Amino acid sequence: MMALKVKRIEMGTVLDHLPPGTAPKIMRILDIDPTETTLLVAINVESSKMGRKDILKIEGKILSEEEANKVALVAPNATVNIVRDYSVAEKFQVKPPERVEGFLRCPNPNCITNDEREPVNTVFIRESREPLEYRCRYCERTVREDHIRELIRPS
Amino acid sequence: MSSFANRDVISVRDFTRRELEELLSNAEEMERVYERGGDDRLSGKILATLFFSPSTRTRLSFESAMHRLGGDVISLGGKEAASTAKGENLADTVRTVEHYCDVIVLRHPKEGAARLAAELTDVPVINAGDGANQHPTQTFLDLYTIMKEKGRIGGLRIGLLGDLKYGRTVHSLAYALALFGARIHLISPEELRMPSHILAELERIGAKVEEHRDLEEILPDLDVLYVTRIQREMFPDPEEFERVKGSYKVTRDLIEEHAQSDLAILHPLPRVDEIEPEVDELPQARYFDQVRNGVIVRMALLDLILGGE
Repeated sequence: MMALKVKRIEMGTVLDHLPPGTAPKIMRILDIDPTETTLLVAINVESSKMGRKDILKIEGKILSEEEANKVALVAPNATVNIVRDYSVAEKFQVKPPERVEGFLRCPNPNCITNDEREPVNTVFIRESREPLEYRCRYCERTVREDHIRELIRPS
Repeated sequence: MSSFANRDVISVRDFTRRELEELLSNAEEMERVYERGGDDRLSGKILATLFFSPSTRTRLSFESAMHRLGGDVISLGGKEAASTAKGENLADTVRTVEHYCDVIVLRHPKEGAARLAAELTDVPVINAGDGANQHPTQTFLDLYTIMKEKGRIGGLRIGLLGDLKYGRTVHSLAYALALFGARIHLISPEELRMPSHILAELERIGAKVEEHRDLEEILPDLDVLYVTRIQREMFPDPEEFERVKGSYKVTRDLIEEHAQSDLAILHPLPRVDEIEPEVDELPQARYFDQVRNGVIVRMALLDLILGGE
């Protein structure tokens, strides 16, 4: 088996243990513009812990814990490594945020947030952690972890 | 100062049991005001009713409540509301109307409309129904009616009968009943069961819930029977409606043979054929009293929101 070779980064954020295939969605969640950011993306690579996983290295950008926690919506077991001077300066596990604004669409077609004429962004409030569940602040519809991925808006 | 002062009323979920008790207690006071023919405590205040989908009863109930407290009412409804299809959105409508009034009562076909309106305006917004989501003042008047009929809510055995799948009123009422510690009996055909996410929520807040398919079997145990209509307009699939329409009916014989003599039968109205007219003559029929209680509870709510300055 060929070892995966990816360049070390001097400064930035490495998101590891992402479920396979989720890296593009995570770029959307984090609002990363691939034309302006240096990225190293590994998709569906072998993992001793997960079988298969994605890895996302974002060069030159240190994610705050609040930003990184958004990743938990699609990758609840993701780990975040903050890299400074080529070494990991900080490492933490993501936690699902209490409030999610803007990047999820509401699955309820009759929700006011799906009316393009109205000036409103979606807001979801965490209802429970186990199972992970969010409630639309407006129409009060709940969405569970297994549906959240489908609700991420294209950037 | 009341926790209701200047407050939006959007969802039952926004209220604690203590706050609901405050409202019920004020409704008792309003009952006396109502019996005296009203007073002028809200003189100089203006209520705006914005009804983007029809509900003459709810609108009249709010307007009656405001008039009985000496306030004034302005309305945008029916054809005028429909003509906001001139192009104006809800956001602009409420940001305009807030300058004409002290409180807005809003009914809108989109779920979440009332929450949005409340965020965009400084005057309090009362949700009079947003799509299939919430109708909090219906729940408040249901609670008040049960309290009046039975003197308490906690520990009562309350049956919710009918369309528990699409029925907005029973979703909110079940939540509120759970806050008060009632025992909730859900009675419906299999196809119209309470949605699983509502059952999960009831479980989460510690509600005592049982599901039944047969009214006759559970009826003798009930203190309150809350009947709902199968609302044709709520069914996305007309064939589904055809399959379940007429699948339950409260008859005079059923009540006389199986119900307790002090059972209270409630219904948010309008009814179609789920309670036969002969039941109206029975002492258990309390649904027209609910209508009166609706005005009283809305008086209490308007008084708490706008009064006490």
